[in-house]
Amino acid sequence: MTEANPLVIVGAGHAGFQLALALRQNHYDGSIKLVNNEPYAPYQRPPLSKAYLKGDGNLAPLAFRPKAFFSEQRIELIPAKAEAIDRGKKKIRLSAGAELQYGHLVLAVGARNRELRSPHEEGCIHYIRTLAETARLKERLLSARHVTVVGAGFIGLEFASTARLKGLTVDVIELGQRLMERAVTPEISQFFLRRHERSGVNFHFGTEVAGIERGGGDGRYTIALAQGKKIETDLVVAGIGVNPNTELAASAGLVVNGGILVDQNLSTSDANISAIGDCVVFPTPYATKPVRIESVQNATDQARCLAARLVGKGAPYRSLPWFWSDQGSDKLQIVGLTHDVDRTVLRGSPETGSFSVFCYAGDRLLGIESVNRPADHVVGRKILERGGSVDPNAAADPDFVLKTLLE
Amino acid sequence: MPNITFLNPDGSRQTFDIAEGVSVMQGAVANSVGGIVGECGGNAMCATCHVYVDGSQVASFPPMSANEDALLDGTASDRKPNSRLSCQILVTEAVGGLVVELPERQI
Repeated sequence: MTEANPLVIVGAGHAGFQLALALRQNHYDGSIKLVNNEPYAPYQRPPLSKAYLKGDGNLAPLAFRPKAFFSEQRIELIPAKAEAIDRGKKKIRLSAGAELQYGHLVLAVGARNRELRSPHEEGCIHYIRTLAETARLKERLLSARHVTVVGAGFIGLEFASTARLKGLTVDVIELGQRLMERAVTPEISQFFLRRHERSGVNFHFGTEVAGIERGGGDGRYTIALAQGKKIETDLVVAGIGVNPNTELAASAGLVVNGGILVDQNLSTSDANISAIGDCVVFPTPYATKPVRIESVQNATDQARCLAARLVGKGAPYRSLPWFWSDQGSDKLQIVGLTHDVDRTVLRGSPETGSFSVFCYAGDRLLGIESVNRPADHVVGRKILERGGSVDPNAAADPDFVLKTLLE
Repeated sequence: MPNITFLNPDGSRQTFDIAEGVSVMQGAVANSVGGIVGECGGNAMCATCHVYVDGSQVASFPPMSANEDALLDGTASDRKPNSRLSCQILVTEAVGGLVVELPERQI
């Protein structure tokens, strides 16, 4: 890519930043422009719901790299939002009206929070995805005594733990019947329910927010639940999932189906445009249908895979998915895609606070969910990456050393 | 500030003064040391900040946690007796002059 036809990356989250970094590590010498629509230098998101909210507000540990890195590596940060793509002319239009020519375009545009639709006063619901919105929440937490979390997924529960640690009273409202229902098996949900309840979190399952009104005292809100119950609270935080940012791609006529559709090389339906990260639907050896995955691992592995292709060392994207969530003092680690699980085998016991759920389809190991049991996770990752499995009887035997399967 | 030296697989070395209180991983990333990834941001989840600590210094560190021990079995380059995760080594005056060797691969 020349100065006149640079490589343009739209989105400076985990995927976009990692792509720029990996290109330079692969000795890519061309011009790189990174379009960043946030008011901060590129930063890491996972600490937002945990360390950042707990800490003193110092932003330095969040940055992927210090500012000097970008100029040293000739990665030009362009503070703007990309509004349209002209594929014929190979240009994008930016929010300020400027245009940017591209030789190759990469969409790393991520996802955005689903918004709570129940009637409420504008601005009274907080979200945790960007640093700007989390900074606003952090400020409000200083004067709050009671918080209500809508949605018992990863983000909601990580925040609930953080809020309890800060001494706040916490209620969690969940439409489904159990914690992290779309992501984990009932064994894991049950364990985390007990842990959060023991730490003092109150749960309301199978219900949703009917409306939020001012009331109950100075600056407070009253939340009406669908069943008529009411909760008085200082602060409402919603973590009810995300929608991929597909509008830019769709309006340019790229194929979109639950995300920006890419092939195994992470190319969109236009060979001059690739896409990576939370916004893409991609084929994987670990599922029968194309999937969209929201995780740091997927964003950064796709970035490295694409960087290799752009310097002529391409190979199909085949990374094994893995995930983590820190909730209070408990570490949840998941490897593999386990939606098709029809049989689970327990290793260790939830009573001891350290166990894994091995997820099978028949006798084939799909993945492993581990709680405070990192050895199962890391060894499981190596086994699954090699296309291996673990005999269900061996998995259940606490005396069987998993590591021996790697020898 | 304590200084820490990173020895790259190609034999080159970089030395930086790193503020006390951060981890060796954070200090490496802040100085753009290419051989440290730190994908999980220092949560001891990913094993991509693997280092080999100079043999004469490894014994003087606080012992590693069971968690770090387990993760070291999942590193991309071979685990050795002096393997550590640099996100779990806190920079203090006591680690001044530390030399860590970077493995061939972190991913």
